[in-house]
Amino acid sequence: MQDRPTIDELLEAVAGYLRDDVMANTSGRTNFHGRVAMNAVEMVRREIATIEDHLSREWDGLDHLLGIEPMPPHLSAVREGLLVRNRNLSERIRAGDADSGEWRQRVISHLRQSIHDKLVVSNPALAAEE
Amino acid sequence: MDSATVEAGLTRFLEKKTGHVPVFSALARLSGGAGRETWSFDAQLGDEFIEGIFRCDPVAGVGSSAARILEFSLIKAAMEAGAIVPEPLWDGDDTFPVKFFIMRRVPGETLGGRLIRNDQYAHAREVIPGQLAESLARIHSISVQDHPELSQLLAPPEGVSPAETEIKHYESIFRALTPDPHPVFELAFRWLYQHMPNPKERVLAHGDYRLGNFLFGEDGIRGIIDWELAHWGDPMEDIGWLAVKSWRFGGTKPMAGVGDDEEFFAAYEAAGGTPVDRERVHFWELFGNLKWGVITISQSANYFSGANKTVEMAAIGRRTAETEWELLKLLEEAGA
Repeated sequence: MQDRPTIDELLEAVAGYLRDDVMANTSGRTNFHGRVAMNAVEMVRREIATIEDHLSREWDGLDHLLGIEPMPPHLSAVREGLLVRNRNLSERIRAGDADSGEWRQRVISHLRQSIHDKLVVSNPALAAEE
Repeated sequence: MDSATVEAGLTRFLEKKTGHVPVFSALARLSGGAGRETWSFDAQLGDEFIEGIFRCDPVAGVGSSAARILEFSLIKAAMEAGAIVPEPLWDGDDTFPVKFFIMRRVPGETLGGRLIRNDQYAHAREVIPGQLAESLARIHSISVQDHPELSQLLAPPEGVSPAETEIKHYESIFRALTPDPHPVFELAFRWLYQHMPNPKERVLAHGDYRLGNFLFGEDGIRGIIDWELAHWGDPMEDIGWLAVKSWRFGGTKPMAGVGDDEEFFAAYEAAGGTPVDRERVHFWELFGNLKWGVITISQSANYFSGANKTVEMAAIGRRTAETEWELLKLLEEAGA
């Protein structure tokens, strides 16, 4: 394994540099992109901290909608698997399976959870609103 | 274009239009608007001092839509109809290899967050909803009979509703560009196709009537800009788009973050707008959230394709979830 600093500590340092040096000493386009870059680094820190929980929760939620499948052991395979399963879910919605009834309610409640998890990473202020 | 090219072209163009050789005291490219170049200039033209905006396509022919080509005519028609717009000065010719036009520069700013938060805009927040309602009613009063030059703008084909035209357009962009599946968008497309209104009215829709495209100052709205998505459509489309949550910039009120919806509807009707159909506004608000979600996908696609490798373009792909969240809320409010 790597020595300290950890991934999170390194990213914290980069975000601090973007905020305290780049943003503090620039204006206009560079300042704006400095802010966007700092926000992106902070987003990555939140994603790393939550990714295992969020992906396994999304997998479980899809199990309830599409049938149980074993979750692969490696994160990259989980991501590939989730893309396939979300495509399947999309196809079923396009076919009208979620137009009404109990399955629609389950689809919506699963999506509320998975979109909320995305917001916890990408826009925590909005995620905290409701 | 570089500033020497712009200055040389503007010199020839302004001399042709006014008979005076312009003396420039300022010329600078403004930021913003990835699809368009906007330059600000100050020039002495004989006895007249002009503070102008020069707007052009970045590359000849690329992405040029009817509304872009007609932007000067649109602003002129809007001004004649009584909407608050910057004064259009001259439409472009073949001086530059790209389509361009010149309007008078309006002092003010456009950033929504500053309107919502800054103390200096307390009065502006009071008057802006009424101004927006009135200008929108004026824009919607523009007819193709009075403005045949605007007949080339996009319009729903015979027998097809404005709603179907718009949904299909954004669905095709979504299907072509999205790298990821979006089940929430599938639910939204499904709901929209099942609830398409088909009103008789066809009006000139601005197409991007939202906070961010309004120049404002402490006294309120000073100019409605960015006409490149204008088209013939349902008047309720612009109202629903103005209510999309992302355009509230943290403001607590539904219309552009600063206006109550019922007050806005009343002001729009009082200014001559067609009677507001609340169900249709809701339809277009839901559509608007989906449209903005598809735009976030298409903008981040510019990063993936290599067309625009900025951190801003990359990061916008992570804003799609905000529209999904709002869509779920609106779908639940709408029931089945």
